[in-house]
Parts: sequence; structure tokens; C-alpha cells
Amino acid sequence: MFVSYKWLAQYVDLSGVTPQELAEKITRAGIEVEGVETPASEMKNIVVGYVKEREQHPNADKLNKCLVDIGEDEPVQIICGAKNVDAGQYVAVAKTGAVLPGNFKIKRAKLRGEESNGMICSLQELGIESRLAPKEYAEGIFNFPNDVTPGEDALEALNRDDAILELSLTPNRSDALSMIGVAYEVAAILDRDVKLPEPNPAEADEKSADSISIRIDAPADNPLYIARVVKNVKIGPSPLWMQTYLMNAGVRPHNNVVDITNYVLMEYGQPLHAFDLDRLGSKEIVVRRAADGEKFVTLDDTERTLSSDQLVITDGKKPVALAGVMGGANSEVHEGTVNVLIESAYFDGQIVRTASKAHVLRSEASARFEKGVDPSRVQAACDRAAELMADLAGGTVLSGSVIAGDLSMEQKQVSITLEKLNTVLGTDLQMDSVEDIFRRLQFETETVGSEITVTVPTRRGDIAIPEDLTEEVARLYGYDHIPLTLPEGAVQPGSLSPYQLGRRIVRRYLEGTGFNQAITYSLTSSKRASEFALEQREPVALSMPMSEERAFLRQSLLPHLIEAAAYNNARQMASVALYETSSIYLNEGENVQPKEEERLAGVVTGMWHEHLWQGEKKAVDFFTVKGIVEGLAARIGLQDRLTFQKAAPAGFHPGRTAEVLLDSEPVGFIGQLHPSLAKEVDVKEAYLFELKLDVMLHAAREDLSYAAIPRYPSIGRDIALVVDSTVEAAALEAVIKHAGGSLLTSVRVFDVYEGQRMEEGKKSVAFALTYADPEKTLTDEEVTAVHEKVLIALKEQADAELRG
Amino acid sequence: MEQQLNELQSQALEKIAAAADLKELNDIRVAYLGKKGPVTEVLKGMGKLSAEERPKMGALVNVVRETIANAIEEKQTVLEAAAIEQQLALETVDVTLPGSPVKIGAQHPLTRITEEIEDLFIGMGYTVAEGPEVEQDYYNFEALNLPKGHPARDMQDTFYITPELLMRTHTSPVQVRTMQKHGGRGPVKIICPGKVYRRDSDDATHSHQFTQIEGLVVGENIRMSDLKGTLDVFAKKMFGADREIRLRPSFFPFTEPSVEVDVSCMCGGKGCSICKGTGWIEVLGAGMVHPNVLEMAGFDSTKYTGFAFGMGQERIAMLKYGIDDIRHFYTNDLRFLKQFSVHE
Repeated sequence: MFVSYKWLAQYVDLSGVTPQELAEKITRAGIEVEGVETPASEMKNIVVGYVKEREQHPNADKLNKCLVDIGEDEPVQIICGAKNVDAGQYVAVAKTGAVLPGNFKIKRAKLRGEESNGMICSLQELGIESRLAPKEYAEGIFNFPNDVTPGEDALEALNRDDAILELSLTPNRSDALSMIGVAYEVAAILDRDVKLPEPNPAEADEKSADSISIRIDAPADNPLYIARVVKNVKIGPSPLWMQTYLMNAGVRPHNNVVDITNYVLMEYGQPLHAFDLDRLGSKEIVVRRAADGEKFVTLDDTERTLSSDQLVITDGKKPVALAGVMGGANSEVHEGTVNVLIESAYFDGQIVRTASKAHVLRSEASARFEKGVDPSRVQAACDRAAELMADLAGGTVLSGSVIAGDLSMEQKQVSITLEKLNTVLGTDLQMDSVEDIFRRLQFETETVGSEITVTVPTRRGDIAIPEDLTEEVARLYGYDHIPLTLPEGAVQPGSLSPYQLGRRIVRRYLEGTGFNQAITYSLTSSKRASEFALEQREPVALSMPMSEERAFLRQSLLPHLIEAAAYNNARQMASVALYETSSIYLNEGENVQPKEEERLAGVVTGMWHEHLWQGEKKAVDFFTVKGIVEGLAARIGLQDRLTFQKAAPAGFHPGRTAEVLLDSEPVGFIGQLHPSLAKEVDVKEAYLFELKLDVMLHAAREDLSYAAIPRYPSIGRDIALVVDSTVEAAALEAVIKHAGGSLLTSVRVFDVYEGQRMEEGKKSVAFALTYADPEKTLTDEEVTAVHEKVLIALKEQADAELRG
Repeated sequence: MEQQLNELQSQALEKIAAAADLKELNDIRVAYLGKKGPVTEVLKGMGKLSAEERPKMGALVNVVRETIANAIEEKQTVLEAAAIEQQLALETVDVTLPGSPVKIGAQHPLTRITEEIEDLFIGMGYTVAEGPEVEQDYYNFEALNLPKGHPARDMQDTFYITPELLMRTHTSPVQVRTMQKHGGRGPVKIICPGKVYRRDSDDATHSHQFTQIEGLVVGENIRMSDLKGTLDVFAKKMFGADREIRLRPSFFPFTEPSVEVDVSCMCGGKGCSICKGTGWIEVLGAGMVHPNVLEMAGFDSTKYTGFAFGMGQERIAMLKYGIDDIRHFYTNDLRFLKQFSVHE
């Protein structure tokens, strides 16, 4: 909402308050003023000029040589390129030395040999947007009506010296969608009076009711419809003050009748519509629901297909307006209009909203109906428009209004006790200060004991419950005056849940190993939504996505992490280590909330360790990610419960991927990104992991108890085994552990060899075994006895020979 | 004989003084004090002496032996020190060469902000509540005093999945769910962080996905002044002890009264580009929980009151670290992320 300071001053005394001060006060009281525009501040030396003579420039076809009276001793010669300039016009002249918006300075110049002392201006050159300039001045220079004097300040005449406050209104404050509404707000803030217009049109004997009758077939959608008839109007431009006020309010002037309806809309917040009475096909107005598929051409010359959830104004047969949204081309006021029907109605917000949404038509009118207009202004606005049409368009206002329907004008009463008010705000207000705030708002009050009952004017539809009164008091009393306290009462300790703490530990662990935390989008494309999913389901789809790229909910974190790795690779960052902990979403069926599971995923590519001048360089490989995951398991107490088994899920390298099992339940995968996929997304050899973080954290060990530090020395034995190449180390380890029993305290692989010195199809795997007894020092004989058992078991169960 | 011993001593001391290294010194020790050395030789000649001279000479021999041994000892200490010095000189490295790198990963700045806020409020007795990102219309809107068709729903353009299911537009549904779990009994004191979604085209200041953290306190006698005091603590902790807060009336369907909360700008009110010359930066929205919301969540609104507040971590991070484009948070450029590995 654009509020003209000069216009507003007609309803409330603004003396002593600058536009900037006013903006600050309005903002602090609850309606945010986003900006204050002062067009004249970037212009100077612009006056009204009278074009005395105009002739063709002797040396240029497209230029005019004008002699212009600018109120000085001698007229000045100005060269003007506008097609529409002519003698006898009053125009805006930027004199030599003038400044126009954009710090454009006007200097004396010679144009094709002819002297030019200034510039004749268009509205755009004076900072008015083209969309707001009247159509006849959308191009070319502007002409003043004849009531100006050469030499007077053109900016003042055009109300460019105004200040325009841009109000950003929250949905509850639709009362401020009008100049009068803003005036009430400002009056309350400044503690001043509101001066309202008192429309009292002089009426002819002829009755409006003789020209029109009204029937409402849909009273729930349209509880009240008021019409007045104004005859014999002369269509022409509206006066300059009205045009300029409208432009400052962001409305384009058209002609006097249309401008008047818009002016009253801005003034009262009550949308009006003017029909050409003679173009209505009948003497009756019927308000009804549209028929499904009914066609109607709105006044923007667009054919609309209507439906039964929309309301139309008809002449009894065909629609003449889409109620509350836009009029029809068939009954539009035009140059030849003589008799006008003014519509002032109350339409239900929901029905207007439905139509304006369906046709993507948001008008000043629909915006107000949707939020609810003041029932008490329907009649006043109609009278005001009729009065202005008599004054400014020479019309004859017929007697009375035609009124159909009935609308409650009852004012709500809301009560609150002083105690409640002070308790909620934490203040110590006295009743007289509370009463004074409501007096400033022009709300009637009645106080009984400590309870105050407020009669809420119909203009403030947002106030309905005691809490609304609390807010009115708080905002006008000033939030700055509310003290700073902290909640009282029993103090309960705050903490993270074990799960939340576990998640933090996982994150810190990964960051400690060199992974950077990524956050990627949850929404993805159809293709990405199914890639790498641990569990394949139909992905959850948005009903109206904004793009194909963000149309589905992801089922794996990996696709976007891989994208992030590729992004970094493409920017000279060859080594990338990223992880993410986020939810994935599993479809549980139509209209059922998807199952959200928290996952931990990572991508790593390039060098894992690099210390060049010492010749150390280690590229990322499968065992890098495996080590990370094993370390993670150790960190959260799952080290003995995770196992890895060879797997080949889609998207992974079939020979370098393992399924991760927690107590033999699958919890994810680790492995290399399939090289062909890597090529497709343009990422280097990359290793991935994705794990069910929620499952792992819920399984994580929470108790911790101390185990005694060994008091007796351990004995180590190394063995190198020759086995078939296909035998997995874990299988050998399992045999060793089983046979080693309780004396075997650790088994570690320390060498793996496969190559020239080995028989074809064989490999050597070397283990370091440690034996210890917590109760005593082991003898060599005792160790040998167990160790022999291990070797026999290896031979029998894994066909493993000791390497000679 | 006495003379012989004295000569021997001075000769030995001379050689000891001249010894250049430990080996040479050891040779001297063997030569003079060894079993075949001259001192031993002298001792062997003692048999020829008289009974009177014998103890006298014996003492003298001991003195000479001791003198030589002490001299060797002293020299040895000196030579050993020199040897160590020499060894250390050989082992000297160029300390300006780069060290073996230890990788330090960075926490995402949004997580950093989230955890900082969580910890602040945990310290004030709050717990952290979380909930689903795909929500029912009921929890995201209706239970928050936003019935279907309410104009204020336009304030939050929503990604719908079905007419009843949507991507949550704020973390407020977690507040509703938590309140419901309390079965109408206070106090409730929670902070709700999480991802939220709105139908916005991504640009420098808009993101279709972003993060929010909301707080909720419900109890008997919870006051607006408590909200103000709590947010004052928050602002001072997050932005600096010298910061102030300012409440401006606003509108949210789920709170009444509702306020926007500004934090004083780091320019100290002088006016800068961040606060657009106003001296204040809008940081969060807040208010007293609307009685309809309390009632729908099972609380008696005549007995209980509450306050709620909410903010976007992106905005806080942008202000705190001077980040100029919201898309940086979701691009995962390492050059961006790595800047947040530093602990403040």
C-alpha cells in the first residue's frame, strides 16, 4: 500500500511530523513502512511553461522549435523532439540548470544549429513509471489542464513534492488498505483527530430505483449490494490533483468516472465498480453463481471460462462483472458513456479469493474483498463516489440508493481484565493508561472494576479476542517499555537426547578425520530420487513442483553428495571429502506421511594423505572408507558388531563394494562409485558410504565399564598362510579366533601378497597373533599348544598352509 | 721414584688435555691406569722400598692415580658434550618446511549456528525437539490457527504432496506435536531446529529449502517480558554483549500479540549497508502463543500462557559471518565450507 503524505494530511493533521518521522512511528506501532519515496528530492528547477509558438526545426525533421513562456521576462526557445508538442499547451519545463532523476542535468545547448534553453518533460522524465502514466501521456510530453500559471513549480502542481510511504501490511491489518484506515492508525499514534469526508450528494428527483432493481441469488456470497445511478456524466480526464494522487498511490488514471471509483476505493478501502448503465442489457442486476463453463470477457479483453464456485454480477441474463475481481468489457465505462451505475457491495472473501486465484487476476478490489472490507463503509463509499461524479463529471445523482441484502453492522465487544493484561505483558499498567490507549484508537470502552469492555469498530475486523486487545495496548504503549525478565518457576535441566548427542559425536568424529559437512537439497529429480536407494520404493512426488530438478523426495543422500564432489572437482579441488547427516523419505502410500530415516553418507575422492616434500602420497581407496566406518563404529561402541560382506548394488563398483551389517542386519553400503557413473557425472575415482544412522545410533552402546589393564606380558606369534586367492581374510580370521579361544587376545593382518612368487591362484596372508592370560604369565609351551590348534584348524577348515 | 711419579702425572695430564676425542681419551686411560700402565709398573717396584717409605709412596701413587682419573673424568664430560653437540648439529632440520598435514574437516556453518543456539537454550533448561519434514496440513497449518483458505497461508507458499500432506513450511508443527504429548500439562520448554521448505525460486536471498530454529515456552504466568528477556540473552550471546534488541509489532496467525525482533547493528547505530542505515537488523519473529493454538494442543488457555519465537539459521549465519548469497549454504563448495573449520 502506497500512502501519499499530502493526501493523508487531508484526514489527519500531520503538522510537525516529517514523512520520515511518521514512517518510523508507524513502523514502531506495528505496520512496517518499507520505504519513503520523495520524488522531488532528486529534481529541481522544473516549472510550468506555456508553449506560445511551435514550428518545425529548420534543420531536423523530427524536432520542433518552441517558444515557451516560463514566467520570466522573455520566453525561451526550446528544441523538443516530442511528436505531441504544440502551441497553446501548458507543459513541464526543466529550465537550464535543472536536475532530473538520475542526476540528469539540463544545460543550454545547440541542437542542429538552434539554441535550446531547457527541456519540455514527459511524465517518465519526472520519475513517473510508464505503467502509471495516463495512456495519452504514455508517450510524448505531458500537458497540464489549463488551470496552471507559467513559472509556477511544476513538481508541486504534479504532486511530485509529495512523500510516498510504502506500507508492508500483514494479512490482519486490512483496515490499513485505505487512506481513512491509515488515518485512524496515524491519529492513534499521534493522538490526533480523524477528519472524515461527509458525502452528501445533491440528488435529483428521479429515483435510482426507477432505473435499476437488484436481486441477490447467492446471499451468503454477497450479503449486501448497493447501487446508485448518476446520469448525464461527461467523460473526460479527472482533475490533476486526483490523477496525481492516484499515480502516487500506484494507480493509473483513466477518465473521471473510473478515477473516481479508484479514488474512493483508495480513500475508503471499499471497492466500487462503475457500469455503463445503457450498456447493461436490462434494468436489473442479478447476483448469482456462475454456471460451469460459462464464458465471460473481462475488461482486459480476455475471455474467461467461469465455474460454479465463482460469483458473477449479471443483467439477468449474461454476466457483466466477475464479482469483486473485475468488470466486463460489455458494460465498461467508455468515452461515450452518459449514465453510470455505481456498484458498492460486500462480497465474501473466500468466493473472491477463489475467482481471483482461478483466473490469476489480482486487483486492488480483490485484494480488499479477500481480506474483508468494513461493512459500515459500503453505503458511505457509494455516496462519496456519487458526490464526486456530480462535482467532477457533471453528473446528476438520482435520488436514493437501491439496496439489496442485509449485512450486520454490529460492533463486537471484547473484555479483558487489567490483571490479565499486566500478567501477559509483564507490565504494571494502570487502568487509566489502558483506557487512554483505546480512546486514541477511537474504540469505545466501559470499565467495571478491573475489567474493561471495548466496543470494536467494524473497521477493525482483526480484533475479536482479549489477546487482540492486549496487542493493541502493547503496541501503542510501546514494546520498549516492557521490562526484560526470564521465565520463573521450577528449573528443569535441559539436555540433548542420547540420540541427538550421538549424532553430534558422529559429526565431530567425521570432521576430525577430515570430512567436511555438506547440506544438500531434499528435493530432487525423478532419476536421482531412486539412485542408491537402500530400499527401492516409488519416490514421493510433489503435486506441483517448480522444476523437474526438484520434483521428488530423495531416498538416498548420495546423488547430491556426488554432485557436490563433481562440482568441487570441476573447480580445481581434486581431493574432496564430504559427509552429510540428513533424512531420506520412504513412500508409505497415498496420503500417509512418508517414513523419514536419518542417514549418514559420505563421498571421498582424490588424495587421502599428501605430504609431498617427504614423498608421502596416498590416494583414497576402498580401505580408506572402510577404516572411516570402522573408526566410527568404534567411536559409538559398535566395533564388534559391524561386519562387511562383498556386495554389488547398483551404482557401485562390483568388485570394490561391501554391504555393512550390524548384528547381521544390513545398515548400508561402502564402496567405489561405479566408474561408468563416475564418468557420467564427471568425478574422479570416488568412494562412497551410506549408513542407516538412526539404526546405528539406536543400537549404540550407552553404558561404559572399565576392564582391567593386563598385568602379565603377552606373547606374539606371526604366521603367513598360503590360501586360494578367493579366500577372504575375514574367513581366516574367524577360524583363527575360534581355535585360539580365550587366550588369543588379538589377530591382525599385517601382510597380503599375491604375485610372481606365488603359485597361480594362491595368495599369502600374514597374521600377527597375540596370546595373553589375564591371570598369569603364559609359558612358551602353553602358547605353542594353542597355536598348534590354530594351525590345524586353518589347515582343516580353510585349506591354509603355512608359507615355507 | 717420587720424581718418576710426578713426571708420569704431568705427562699424563698433558696428554689428557690434548686428547681430541673419546677414543684418544680412552687410550690414555688404558695407557696410564691400565694393568700394564706405568703407574702399575711403579707400584710393582714398591717391593723394593723400605717399610717406612712404602706407605708414603703408596699414598703418593694413589694421589697420582686419582689425579689422572679425575682429569680423564673431567675431560670425558667435556668430550661427551662436544660429541652430542656434533650429533645434534648433524640432525638439525629446516623448521620452516611444512609439517605433515592433519586433515581437519569443517562443520557446516548452518550446523554450527544451530548447535550454538541449541547449547545456549539447553543451558537455560530447554530440550531439543525434532519432527517430520513431510507434515500433515493439520500440524503445519490448522493446529496453528491457519484453517484452510486463511489468507495468511499466502505468507508461506507451500510445496504440497497431496491436499493433506506437504513439506513443512516452518518447524512450528514440532511445537504442536510436543505440546500434544504434554497432555495439557506444563511446563513446555523446547527448541526446534530443522529443515523447512517454501515455494521460492532460488536466488541470492531466497532458497526453496532452508533451516529454522524455533523456541516454545508454555507454562503458568509466562509473560511477554519473559520473551523479551530471553531474546535479549540470545542476542547478546549470538551477536555480542553490547547488542540490544527491539520489538516491533507484527502479525503471525499463531501468536497474539506478535512481534518482529530486531537486533542492534554492529555499526552501533551509525548506519551501514547491513542495517540500511537504520541501526537495527531484523532477526526473528516471535509472540505470545495464540489461545486457539494452546487450546487445539490441549492446554487450557485461561490457565496457561506461552511464548514462541523463530528464526532462520541462514539469516543468522549471513549476518554473523558476512555471507552474501544464501545459495552458498547448499552448493557445498569446499572453499566455502573449509572456512568454518576454525573454532571461534
